[in-house]
Amino acid sequence: MADRKVDKETGVETTGHSWDGIEELNNPLPRWWLWCLYLTMIWGLGYVIAYPAWPMVSGATEGVLGWSTRANVARDIEEHEAKNAPLVTALLGAEMDTLTDDADLNRYAVARGGAVFRAQCSQCHGSGAAGAKGYPNLLDNDWLWGGEMAQIAHTIRHGIRNDTDDDARYSEMPAFGDILEQEEIAATVEYVISLSSPDHDAALATTGSELFADNCSSCHGEAAMGDKDIGAPNLTDAIWLYGGDRETLTYTIVNARFGVMPAWGQRLSEEDVRAVSAYVHGLGGGE
Amino acid sequence: MTKNIDKIPGPAEDPKVSQLSDLPQEIPNELPHQSGFLDKHAILERSPTLLLVFSLLVVSIGGIVEIAPLFWLENTIEDVEGMRPYSPLELAGRDIYVREGCYVCHSQMIRPMRDEVERYGHYSLAAESQYDHPFQWGSKRTGPDLARVGGRYSDAWHVDHLMDPQSVVPESIMPKYAFLADTKIDGEHIGDLLSTHRFVGVPYSDEQIEQAKFDFEVQADPDGEYDGLLERYPGAAVANFDGRSELTEMDALISYLQMLGTLVDFSTFTPDASR
Repeated sequence: MADRKVDKETGVETTGHSWDGIEELNNPLPRWWLWCLYLTMIWGLGYVIAYPAWPMVSGATEGVLGWSTRANVARDIEEHEAKNAPLVTALLGAEMDTLTDDADLNRYAVARGGAVFRAQCSQCHGSGAAGAKGYPNLLDNDWLWGGEMAQIAHTIRHGIRNDTDDDARYSEMPAFGDILEQEEIAATVEYVISLSSPDHDAALATTGSELFADNCSSCHGEAAMGDKDIGAPNLTDAIWLYGGDRETLTYTIVNARFGVMPAWGQRLSEEDVRAVSAYVHGLGGGE
Repeated sequence: MTKNIDKIPGPAEDPKVSQLSDLPQEIPNELPHQSGFLDKHAILERSPTLLLVFSLLVVSIGGIVEIAPLFWLENTIEDVEGMRPYSPLELAGRDIYVREGCYVCHSQMIRPMRDEVERYGHYSLAAESQYDHPFQWGSKRTGPDLARVGGRYSDAWHVDHLMDPQSVVPESIMPKYAFLADTKIDGEHIGDLLSTHRFVGVPYSDEQIEQAKFDFEVQADPDGEYDGLLERYPGAAVANFDGRSELTEMDALISYLQMLGTLVDFSTFTPDASR
């Protein structure tokens, strides 16, 4: 255009806009900036050709590189599994009770099981497997449902008292609040305390021992040593799942407890169930 | 006396100000101005009507690109077995989840990566949040992802954990939500809640809305007549979730948590690689 004005001071053309005598310079964009802009445009164009991008009526364009997140994750998992394939095959074929005889395989199983334990089991049993109130300590050799490798594997695979697995370990203590009188329960509590602690009322415990024999021994045993077939705890070892003080024991007898564990066989792969069994078995208390 | 202002040199005398004569004839960092077509914007800028028309044109292109795909959103959701709208109690629990801001620390989105799949389970599908209004994908994991937390722990664990998270996970920094167990709920407006969700596209049937209050109560009552509930909401967990006789917010929240990620039947699912 012929009427372009040039700013006298700088020699740069103006846009022709003027406010209160101040004119707007029409400086060009820096060349490096402009080239970056063009490059991003070219990059963007290349990207939408190479990768899935444009939404169409029944799905997005696929892109010439054939990128698929789902295919990638499937491949990643496959590659990872291929690396451990011989060990996993061996683990799946092994007899659980003799797993510890094969040192290499056992080492793999314990390492794999440890990872599974920390991701899946630690929320209840604790990251160090020491348990919490209501969630058994797995470090000791006091087992509710048996501490042999195959027994541990069964517990993990089918769980305890859940309603999703027909083979779940199951037993139910009656709530004795409806069955015994308050004084009778107090006596029974005293007897249970006397089994593992010298700090008890001997006369009351004697009364309790009769009540125990009548009401409790069918599950917990005459000597209160428990029964692993029905998950009845040993009451003589001073190891308590819910607590061994008078108040907690009274609550336990009055209301009964009903600890539930999910069936991990429905969630974990068979090799993970076996691995975590080996890990738990190897924590110190395995039989 | 000369005023100070007179001592200040004008631009023409000031050696710091570059002069027109200092500049080369051609300014190097300048592209050709006269492209003709691009200069025509002056025509638009000088006519309000034209400017309005062309502005609308530009805005509607942006609108079409961003909005139109949403009308075909259904196409992006795979058909999967087992997905159903939330039961009334689960829906109420979901509202508590949103109210308490659980999404601030917990995501509900298992990304398709090997480490996430190993830790949390199958990656999340679009279908799994199709009845979410709003979705709870979240964007930050201070706590773990909850997309598949359902059935992972016992109801009693959830009660223990919500009452006092540190009692079961000592290293946790989650706050206590014990008050949920003290807050009774009666589901008075639960039918309206379902209707509202139907209004925004969740396919609740008339029967489900009629039975909402009944279903709401029976899901937390293992001694009740819950066959109808299971028919309307297959796979719903029926339990006295919090172990208390009253129906509380704790019941509702745990029923929601125990459902999360359990609905889709992955034994019948074949991933479509193009998604």
